[in-house]
Order: sequence, then C-alpha cells, then structure tokens
Amino acid sequence: MSGVRVALFVTCLVDGLFPDVGKATVTLLERLGHEVVVPRGQTCCGQMHVNTGYARQAVPIIRNHVEAFADADVVVTPSGSCAGSIRHQHADVAAEHGGRRLAAAAEEVAGKTYELSEFLVDVLGVTDVGAYFPHRVTYHPTCHSLRILRVGDRPLRLLREVRGIDLVELPSADTCCGFGGTFALKNADTSTAMLADKMTNIVGTGARVVTAGDASCLMHIGGGLSRLRAGVRPVHLAQVLASTAAAPMAVAVR
Amino acid sequence: MTFLGMPSRNLVGEPFPRAARAALGNAQLRRNLAKATGTIRAKRASVVAEVPDWAGLRAAGAAIKDAVLADLDTHLLRLEEALTARGTTVHWARDAEEAARVVTELVTATGTTEVIKVKSMATAEIGLNDALAAAGVRAVETDLAELIVQLGDDRPSHILVPAIHRGRAEIRDLFRREMPGVDPDLPDDPAALAEAARRYLRHKFTTVDVAISGANFAVADSGALVVVESEGNGRMCLTLPRTLISVVGIEKLVPTWQDLEVFLQLLPRSSTGERMNPYTSVWTGPTEGQTSHVVLVDNGRTATLADPRGRAALRCIRCSACLNSCPVYERTGGHAYGSVYPGPIGAVLSPQLTGVRHNKTLPFASSLCGVCYDVCPVAIDIPSMLVHLRGEVARTTAPNAESAAMRALAWAMSDSRRWARALRAGRLGRALGRRRDRIGRLPPPLSAWTDARDLPRPPRQTFRDWWETR
Repeated sequence: MSGVRVALFVTCLVDGLFPDVGKATVTLLERLGHEVVVPRGQTCCGQMHVNTGYARQAVPIIRNHVEAFADADVVVTPSGSCAGSIRHQHADVAAEHGGRRLAAAAEEVAGKTYELSEFLVDVLGVTDVGAYFPHRVTYHPTCHSLRILRVGDRPLRLLREVRGIDLVELPSADTCCGFGGTFALKNADTSTAMLADKMTNIVGTGARVVTAGDASCLMHIGGGLSRLRAGVRPVHLAQVLASTAAAPMAVAVR
Repeated sequence: MTFLGMPSRNLVGEPFPRAARAALGNAQLRRNLAKATGTIRAKRASVVAEVPDWAGLRAAGAAIKDAVLADLDTHLLRLEEALTARGTTVHWARDAEEAARVVTELVTATGTTEVIKVKSMATAEIGLNDALAAAGVRAVETDLAELIVQLGDDRPSHILVPAIHRGRAEIRDLFRREMPGVDPDLPDDPAALAEAARRYLRHKFTTVDVAISGANFAVADSGALVVVESEGNGRMCLTLPRTLISVVGIEKLVPTWQDLEVFLQLLPRSSTGERMNPYTSVWTGPTEGQTSHVVLVDNGRTATLADPRGRAALRCIRCSACLNSCPVYERTGGHAYGSVYPGPIGAVLSPQLTGVRHNKTLPFASSLCGVCYDVCPVAIDIPSMLVHLRGEVARTTAPNAESAAMRALAWAMSDSRRWARALRAGRLGRALGRRRDRIGRLPPPLSAWTDARDLPRPPRQTFRDWWETR
C-alpha cells in the first residue's frame, strides 16, 4: 500500500522522555513513502490513570485523545501498551463514566489505531523495510503487545529482514519484565525481582542491544541495565527499523 | 445473626508489598517456586496443546458457570431438594463463622475427638481446623502436602500444592519431629517420606469415624458431589467413616451430570497438567450405614455475584493455573497474599469476598501482564477485574497524595497546551542527570523506582517541540 496519510500518536512518554523513538517512527514511515502528520491536540492515552484505579479521571484524557484523532485516516503508535489501552479500554471506560457519545467516538478511533509492527505488516504489507543494524540484538515481546494486541511474531518478522542484524533469542521472552506502570512503584520489590530475572536472561544472550515495541518497558529494563552498568542498550523497535546503511543509528552505551 | 463487618481472617493478611518483601528474600522459597511452577507450567502447556479445541472447551466452561450464576437461587434450591431426597441433611451458612459453627456442632454431636479431612479450600476459607481445635477436636489433614503444612503449624502457600515452599529435608525433619511412631532415621527421599505418611494416614483412615470434605462440583439436578484428587486419601475419607460432612461454596454448582464432561477435561489439564487425575469420587447421598451432611457456604459470594464486573471470579474451579503462570506469584509465593486464595485469582477473589475496603493491596499485586487470563480454563479476565477493583479501592479511599497527583496529571493531560507546558517544565529534571547523563536518585515516592533503576535524563527538546521546528 502506498501514500497513506498516517496520524502519529507519539505517546506521552516518547514525547517527553524518548523523542528519538518518535523521530525514528517518522523517519521510517516517510522512508516507506507515507505522509506523517502529528495532530497537535494529542497528549496521553490515559492508561496509567485507568490501570491505577482512576478511570473517572481518565475520561477527559480519553476525550482529548478521541478529539485529537477524530479526523485521522489511520493512527499509528510506537507502543503496544498504548494501542492496547486505546483499543481495549477507551470505549469501556467512556461507556461507564463518560457517556454513550464518547464511547462511540472512542470505538471509532480504536478501530483505526495500530501499533507500529501491526501497521507495517498488516496494513502496509511489508516486512523488509530496508533497515541496516549491524549489532547483536535480542527482542523482548512486551506483555500488552503479546497478550492484549496479539501482535505475535510480527516484530520478529520485521527484525529478521534487517540487514546486518545478529538476532538472538531471549530465554523466557514472554515473561513480564516487572514494569506494570505504577506496579513498579507500588510493589517495587516484586517488580525489581522480576526485572532481575529479565536482565539475567538478556545479559546471558550476549546481546549489545535489547529491543521492544514499548518505550515504557524499555525504560524499565534499560533503567535496570544502566544501574548495573551492564553494557546493554535499550533501543526501540522503531529505531532499529529506522536505521539504514546510509544513516546508521549510533549504538554507544551511554 | 448480624454481620459485624469483620472479614474472615483467612482471607486477609498484612499489606502485600510488605509481605512480598520478606518472601522475596527467602532463597529456598524462590528456588522451590521457580522449579515447581516451571515444571507444572510446561506440563500444562503440553496437555492443553493436545486438545483439538481447547478454546471451545474453555468457552463452554465459562458459559456453563455463567448460566449457573445467573440463576443461582433456582439451582441451589434444586440441589437442596435432590440432596435431601437422597438422605443428606443440608445446612446453609451465611459466613465463615456460621459455617465453622455448624460443622463443629455436627462433629461434637458425634462424640468424636478426631476427624479426618480431604483437602478443601472451603474449609480453609472458614478456618475450620481452628474452630474444631477450640472445641477440643483434632482435624487430621490426609492430603500429603496439607499434612506437611499442618504438622509444621504452617499455612498453605498454593491452592493445589500447599507445601510448595518446603524442601524435602525440611519435610523429613518435620516428620521425625511431629509424626507419631515414625522411623527416627527416616531419610529424605520422596518415596520414604510418602511411605511414612501413608502408614500414619492408614491408621487414621481405619480408626477415625468422622470425615470432612469439600467438593469440586455439586450437580444440582441429582445432588451428586464430586471430589477430584490424586492420592486416594479422598476416596478413603469419603467411604470409610460413618459420618461425612461436606463444606461446599455456593458457586460450586453445575446444572447436570453432563456438564461435568467439560470440567473434568478442563480441571486436571489446567491444575496438575494431567490428562486425567488419578481419583475422581462421585457420591449421591450417603452410602449404607453412613450419615451425610452438606454445608452450603456463602461467605461473600452473593456480594461478589452482585457486581457485574467482578462476578466472573465465581467461575473459578480452583485449578491454580493462574498461580503457576504468574510472574508475581512465582517470586513471592502464596503467603505474601495473606489469603487462603493466593495468586492472581486470590487477588480478585479475596477482596471481593471480604469487601474491597478490607483488602486494599491485593488488587495491585499484579503487573497486569495478562498471562493469568490466557491460562484460565474458564476465561476469567483477571487483569480487567483487577483494574475494576483498583477503581473500587481508589473510590473508597480518602483523598491522598496519589489521588492529588493523578488529578493534577489528568488536568494537564486533558489539554495539549497545558501538557506541552508540563513537558517543558520536565526539562528542569535535566539538572538532576547533569553529572552522569542519567538520574540515579529521586526523592520518595519516586525513590521506589531509583532504588533499583536509573531514569534517563530528560531530553533538551520534546518530540512535539522538535516536530514544530522541523
């Protein structure tokens, strides 16, 4: 498919903390011949509020999101978790706390929202995006991309086509890294125990880069690896796919 | 009887984060749990994969349970009628205390000072062993793992394998110390330990005249009760003693005999990872010369049924697949949950049975990774239910720092101009990461993050500012 006008939902976390992930998403989609627009009104999907028990307070956030993307042809986001919230929570929360009209509008936006790997593989029908990433990489499938969106092996199919990549399998890949949003704060000890096991598995692969489709899980895993000075760098799937032979991503461990 | 608002203490413990912290430091526990849950997970996965239409079976299980729950009063009355017609006396108990009292009175009326028990979650829930002890009656658990827990004056940590937290050397020491007539040189190999328990229990089976059981299923139209087990101890308890008292939660019903075909496929595969469990006992009324009683227990189930977003928890058939699959349970073990129902199902069931206000930390004892829902044989959407119960916690908690922060954040996030300003203010955080280009220490409550993880230094420019200047 060519010439799609893509509305990018960059997510609050990428916007404020990991702008390079958003830039990489733009670079990738434009390189594939599509127009990217970034609706100004966007902020956050409100998932943190919903999942911490503040669904009522999330309603204005959801309303804002629905209004920001009402006119979009298709919405793409570099996050399995945020796409999951938009598709599986927004309409429900709206129906319970925000009214039927908002629920219907949320349903409509949900119906045209895709996580990045879904959009590339299912909508655009590409797995080879022309990327070049000459590093040993292991892939962590995030819980919500796996068990809410059911992206399956789409990210891996994209990664396998990347030139120069040395893709190594992560043991117990589908086990949660322990992030879980406010879970990491409310149950910090348990979260850390889960993170420790995830890091052990990552480090054991000998990979230099751990990649995933969610900046949030990568912030958690990367935060742990950085604290241990483990020498493994978290790089978002969009960044791996945006990297080319002409413009390779520099992968130095900070 | 008035309900005084005090929940059953068998469903509430200390706050989860605190209890979990202690458990996480127990190296033996961590190793046992990882090994045991890992083994059962793999077995379950292989026997589930070989069923041609597991998804269909799972949907059928959920549908049967939902149908029963939608019409529970009718089914319960039918069950009572069928049980009574076959000579079983039916008792109704509103809460744990009443259930324990009814059973204790029935036991003491027989004049016995000892009862044998089939492993039963319902009797654990109502705190029966303590109630019997207070009346001078010793309850002997006949399931091997329950016996280990009982001899150690310990609490079960798993629905199916309650002694999962114990190593075999510990068990040998326990048997040597607590089991009457045991070989003082008992070795710690599993066969010898099982044989010691077997000898001890044989004696109990042939001499104790009152047995107490639960039931995995109660068939409404015939009054048949079903116990599913692996060791044969259940069969002994159900058939040998002259008095049999069965404690059954009111959600254990299936409408007809035929419905069992679904659950007897779902349960063993999900719980022990077996195609079929070794012993399935079905009895309809007392056998000749036997007296039988059934105590039907509510204890918060009707309240759970009243919540449309929570009632699916009553579909649970206590298989423990969610425990074995949960990354939180695998690391903290069952005691951290403070309830006889641990793990993901415990985190949604316990707060509902007690009322959320008595159990405020359990709905948060999950990263919402979703594995529990995937493996549940009756498709209980535990993650969504946890989120719903978190809402109940927030709704019933007085305003605090968290709710204030959430309100402020929601205000900023509902308008992109406000949000852009908030993000720009966030750049002030760059000062914190000045030295190492990462943030290693933040004040509480964010110190919970930085105790074990760095945070990236906020970028010079947000994505939206970059986009505007592009």
